[in-house]
Amino acid sequence: MNRRPWWLVPALAGAPVAGLALFYLLPVATLLARVVQPGSVSDALGTPGLRRVLWFTLWQALVSTALTMMVGFAPAYLLARFRFRFRGALLAMVTVPFMLPTVVVGAAFLALLPNSWHGSARAVIVAHVFFNIAVVVRLVGAMWAVLPTDLTAAARTLGAKPSQVLRFIVLPLLRPALYAASTVVFLFTFTSFGAVKLLGGAANPTLEVEIARRATQLGDVDGAAMLSLVQLLILGVVVWWSSRWQRRSSLHLTGGGTARVARSRHERHFVAVASGLTAAIMVVPLVVLVSRSIRLGGAWSLNAWRTLGTSEVRPGVSLGIDPLASLLTSLRFAVVAAAISVAIGALASLAISAARRHGSLLDVGLMLPLGTSAVTIGLGMLITFDTAPFDWRASWWLIPLGHALVATPFVVRAVLPVLRSIPADQRAAAATLGASPLRAWLAVDVRRVARPLAASAGLAAAISLGEFGATTFLTRAGRETMPITIGRLLGRAGEIPRAQGFALATILLVTCGLIIGSVSRAVRADGGVHARGE
Amino acid sequence: MRKVLLTGLAAGLLLVACADDGGGTATPAPAAVTLVAYDSFPTKDTPMNDAIAAFTADTGIVVNIVTAGDTGTMVTKAVLTAGNPEGDVMWGVDNTLLSAATDGNVFEGEPSEVDFGDVCVNYDIAWFAERGVEPPTTMDDLLRPRYKDLLVVQNPATSSPGLAFLMATIAHTGEDDWQQFWTDLRANGVEVVDSWDSAYYERFSGAAGSAGDKPLVVSYGSSPPAEVVFADPPRDDAPTGVVGSTCFRQIEYVGVLRGTKHPDEAARLTSFLLSEPFQKELPLTLFVYPANPSVALPEVFTKFAVVPTNPFTFDPETIAANRQQWQDQWTEIVLR
Repeated sequence: MNRRPWWLVPALAGAPVAGLALFYLLPVATLLARVVQPGSVSDALGTPGLRRVLWFTLWQALVSTALTMMVGFAPAYLLARFRFRFRGALLAMVTVPFMLPTVVVGAAFLALLPNSWHGSARAVIVAHVFFNIAVVVRLVGAMWAVLPTDLTAAARTLGAKPSQVLRFIVLPLLRPALYAASTVVFLFTFTSFGAVKLLGGAANPTLEVEIARRATQLGDVDGAAMLSLVQLLILGVVVWWSSRWQRRSSLHLTGGGTARVARSRHERHFVAVASGLTAAIMVVPLVVLVSRSIRLGGAWSLNAWRTLGTSEVRPGVSLGIDPLASLLTSLRFAVVAAAISVAIGALASLAISAARRHGSLLDVGLMLPLGTSAVTIGLGMLITFDTAPFDWRASWWLIPLGHALVATPFVVRAVLPVLRSIPADQRAAAATLGASPLRAWLAVDVRRVARPLAASAGLAAAISLGEFGATTFLTRAGRETMPITIGRLLGRAGEIPRAQGFALATILLVTCGLIIGSVSRAVRADGGVHARGE
Repeated sequence: MRKVLLTGLAAGLLLVACADDGGGTATPAPAAVTLVAYDSFPTKDTPMNDAIAAFTADTGIVVNIVTAGDTGTMVTKAVLTAGNPEGDVMWGVDNTLLSAATDGNVFEGEPSEVDFGDVCVNYDIAWFAERGVEPPTTMDDLLRPRYKDLLVVQNPATSSPGLAFLMATIAHTGEDDWQQFWTDLRANGVEVVDSWDSAYYERFSGAAGSAGDKPLVVSYGSSPPAEVVFADPPRDDAPTGVVGSTCFRQIEYVGVLRGTKHPDEAARLTSFLLSEPFQKELPLTLFVYPANPSVALPEVFTKFAVVPTNPFTFDPETIAANRQQWQDQWTEIVLR
């Protein structure tokens, strides 16, 4: 096996490791060092009711993950394998709920679900599935899109039934992506905050809700930090275990898949039914959301939209909320966050796949911010970067940086399975043709990254647009993001502010949809070039 | 290559020269202070912000407003950064959290009362009128069978009005009997949700545009005027009323943060925030009452808001000493 230069992995891993250490490990460690006292561990673990909180957090996350994987499987297949009319629209529709702030989708769900579901675990789980279908479609879909079609075609020629092809060929090949997607969904639902608060009612707090309550309502930062550590340990084990399985189950793939038009009657039937059903599931809550912005005083009215940009809602009364400015702020943050997470995510993925065994350390490290409560990271940054010249507490860029911490793992999850599926003989072939190991790596590995990277750039931008938790815990100097503005509008009495909140949510929804749509077009264009090049 | 280098060098020198020039001739910058506030404090475009702009025009003191989260988050952050604060003046810590702030040695000197409001049971006027039922008038009415399954409240562990209402009941029954009161309230079908939004907009029937079916909700004494001010189409009567004997008084404070680098400017800003030109803008912007008694209230407030004569309240020390225990006991009684 030819060897790449020794400096390749350190050079690639340098920036991700430094960024993670400075903006995640250091703040969290500083906070723990500041507040944790000798009795903290036993105090925090001895809290009455903690076991109940842990148990609820765990089982709702497991059930939500299992259901999300099941529901998301068909749309993932549909969107990865077939070209059809409105495919881009459907992809956007599936992805948008994932990035809308939970306040907004939660409010739409409250209106949709029957009253008897309010405050129940069922409501939380249904919302979790709705939110996270995008993860399955994106991560499993990215893998599915590069599965070689000739394998399944060969199996079929040899007489395998579709169910056998699925069981013996497709599922084993997809396994790394299935692990990756279920890990991410598990992380998200285990640490769920907004949906649980809004829909789960008072009797069902998750660990994350309990952590925020202690830190912000009781001023018990000590206890909050300890529980945050407990959560981190649990999720660290889950992530580490899953990353081992992802590595073990990854297979080298030759050839490639292309999305195509449905051919047989059977396939056309599937495309029609699956896309119709998916669209119906995704669109109903969104329609409720939009309709609430045009419903005033029991009648249809555009007044909330008309007064959106004006400073005075009534003579002498204004809300002090500038929707256009918050849209621009959010877009700017989204661009910065996407740029950071794509750069860091690409370097990290290449480093992880090149380093093989030790790569999993970085892999797990980058996932940790997802499992750490936003309160802990926010308060840690507050007390870490507090002295000049590092007094960054109200710096605007801390917010997109926080978004990038959350978005980078998604970039890695989308890129890594693709990298790992590159067969070694492709590099060997390049070497045979006279390329140096470094050149071969550049030609084979780096080129493959472009397509999943473009897709995850859109996802990262959208994650930033909808991010709510981390932003609320960072101090902001007059620059409010869309989700924060929406939260403020929905959180006060009066019909006009409420309707305006939903109007802003509609704008956010459309913006996310447009970004996702244009990214998927860019990816298609890139794929086209790729195919011709081969 | 050399050309590029030279151009770069020249540009660099020019920059340095400009910076030097700027530094040399500029007059000293006017002192700027930072006001730390909770999220719902507007940062621009309201009459409150116009008043602050007028203060800047008068004094040359520029006021930067930063928002630090909800009140609880803001206080937690202030305690963590005590002595090296994020700003110079803090707006909005209330009497349920004041002790945490003073115990954390957050303020320079005593903070001042800057505004107040009440948390009270609100009722849906039309709902009761249509059924010919009188709305409740006392706290004990909430336990009567005729009001069974009608009330929605917030979880005091996660919501500040929820906590205020719990304290109102404790002040009403006394510390020995409140647990029985809530056992009875639970038996009478009280519904608990996690946040004010879900209670007011999803469960309460009286808010305009609400989807709910419960005619009684814990909200603010100033919610009825907000319903009038923000109604569309405009209306001149409130759809909701306030049960005046169920109110808990929330008082908000403003104070100079210990460790400020501009104590004089901070003190001047604080006294401006307590003065009439600023205080008169509070009712219609934050929907709270000005602490300054000489300020006249807008008509919509005098007409539709209820200022209870004897609201329940506790001093900040009592609240600080009991809050967590009350929340935990309440959780055992009502949610388990």
